Amino acid sequence: MDREKRNHLIRVFVAIALVYGLVAVLEFTLRPTSIIFTVLRKGAIYSLVAVSMNLLNGFTGLFSLGQAGFMLLGAYTYAILTMPTAVKESERVYRYYDALIHFDTGVLAGLIAAGLIAAVFAFFIGLPVLRLKSDYLAIATLGFAEIIRAVCQWDVLGPLTNGANLLREFKDLSRITLPFSDIPFPPTLFVFIVVGICILLIVLLINSSYGRAFKAIRDDETAAEAMGINLFRHKELSFVISSFFAGISGALLAMFQYTVQAQQFRTVLTYEILLIVVIGGIGSISGSCIASFLYIALSEWWLRGLDMGTFLGINAPDLFRSGFRRLVFSVIIMIIVLFFSRGIMGDKELSYERVRSFFKGRIHRKENAR
Amino acid sequence: MADFFHQNLSYFLSGISVGGQYALIAIGYTMVYGILRLINFAHGDVFMCAGLMMVYLSSSLPFAISIPLVLILTVILGFAIERVAYKPLRSAPRMSVMISAIGVSYLLQNAALYFTGGLARVYPEIPVLSASVVIWDAPTRVVTLVTPFLTLVLVILLSLLIKHTKIGMAMRAVSVDFETSQIMGIKINKVISMTFMLGSLLAAVASFLYFTNYASVTPTSGSMPGLKAFVAAVFGGIGSIPGAVIGAFIIGICENIIKGGASIFGIPGSGWTTFSDAFTFAFLIIILIVKPTGLFGEKSVDKV
Repeated sequence: MDREKRNHLIRVFVAIALVYGLVAVLEFTLRPTSIIFTVLRKGAIYSLVAVSMNLLNGFTGLFSLGQAGFMLLGAYTYAILTMPTAVKESERVYRYYDALIHFDTGVLAGLIAAGLIAAVFAFFIGLPVLRLKSDYLAIATLGFAEIIRAVCQWDVLGPLTNGANLLREFKDLSRITLPFSDIPFPPTLFVFIVVGICILLIVLLINSSYGRAFKAIRDDETAAEAMGINLFRHKELSFVISSFFAGISGALLAMFQYTVQAQQFRTVLTYEILLIVVIGGIGSISGSCIASFLYIALSEWWLRGLDMGTFLGINAPDLFRSGFRRLVFSVIIMIIVLFFSRGIMGDKELSYERVRSFFKGRIHRKENAR
Repeated sequence: MADFFHQNLSYFLSGISVGGQYALIAIGYTMVYGILRLINFAHGDVFMCAGLMMVYLSSSLPFAISIPLVLILTVILGFAIERVAYKPLRSAPRMSVMISAIGVSYLLQNAALYFTGGLARVYPEIPVLSASVVIWDAPTRVVTLVTPFLTLVLVILLSLLIKHTKIGMAMRAVSVDFETSQIMGIKINKVISMTFMLGSLLAAVASFLYFTNYASVTPTSGSMPGLKAFVAAVFGGIGSIPGAVIGAFIIGICENIIKGGASIFGIPGSGWTTFSDAFTFAFLIIILIVKPTGLFGEKSVDKV
């Protein structure tokens, strides 16, 4: 390994360690109800879905809009599996049905099962759907996501999914403990660790020979096929893996929200994630992560005043009423889509050199201006 | 058999009526796709906006003014969306335009959410249309009877326009070959604007008929009819107007037959309404796999 590569790796590890250290410090110093934790947790969860969607849309060139459906599968699998058996058998959650499953699993098993169920469904959905091209694929995946949502709410499946009612009292973020003990584990750090591992796996995949095959398919299907890449197998692989991680992020979202209802996983959720991917730059993993945190911070924190009557010291309750935040937000998104279609990162990744040259460029410009 | 029809007549009637409404929306999808090869995700939301405009305008204006005003404003909205969100991306990859369309859909829904405060708005009762009638013992509204005929009249007018006018000829030319028609001196932008305006006009008409039946408008009430109309357009062969109309009627009728599942098939269960939505997409996927070009679609050939 040459020196440059080694330096690069060291920098990456230091940066990641810093992020995790910061999260841990925040977790032990700030009040747990602080808005920062909401932003960090939800931002991390959205990063994972955004990266998983980017694997499909940005790296394999499959325009899929089924992410919300796979998140729903993950969220439901996790909630049903980790809900304590005593709760299932009481009438607290399953009020109108007798629960079908009479066992419960731990958090990790629940998370992995969430991913696996989503992946299994993705495998069978992918068999017919991945033979379609661009916009037909988009509509078909969107359709499947809607079918999954409809079936989840069907009352015949009530003993399993509780019909259209809420699922709650499963092992959410407030109930995480260190393995084999009752010591509570810091929840934000937990989300970061799970998301970090998942994104690391996706990065490793993208940099492997499979990842290169995905990119070849994205750039030119016919040429990739001529180079001996099995189109269908690779598309299916990308679809299944992306859905696996979407399932895990759905489970994390369930943990974050404390409740799950099929109604939350509408097409709008997929649209939001797609827009995050676009803002971050299609084909950039770090871009997707940055965009997720920005998006969540803006919508949950910085622009909150737009909904509450006062923003930047201006008090106008008639203008700044509920919903204004999302309106402003969608205008910003349209501006990005129309005028900065490459997003924050384009298809490049964040690196020390880029950050340095970015700041250097600014200093230069300032000096020149003088 | 006659008895069976008699018992379930209300489902068939509302199926035909909803089918007509989907048909009017589907034409907007299919025409835009025919010319720009773009799924206009915002079209369902334009339809919803037309419904909301009617709610607000009719509260202060008489119907004789508010109905034409809604038509005009929806046409302007469709025109504006095309100019602002799609025209700058004419040479961009198809995916960017589609993302822009999704962005517009998101914007319209959020705007509607802001203006309505997230509440369902009661749709005004348009005289004549919302009067109730009884046909063969099935109570229904006049709009149910008017819709299929109005749809057919509008479709015939539209086909005449496309067949016999200059702008119609230009539209056909552009949908066959975008670049060549440009070389032949057709003003592409004018044709595209016209397409969007026609689509929006029909969506506005559909909104009068649809919301009279459903009685309330919410920010998301455009997305489901929009998606279903799109499925209808795909079924008929996207780009083909008669195909879209036939597809819309088939989907409307099937959907309502499923909604009446409990009495029609004799299978109990209350989940039939959710399944009527799922059916539409299952149908879409089957079509896309069995016959991706739809009923009347042209076969496309990939060139390397």
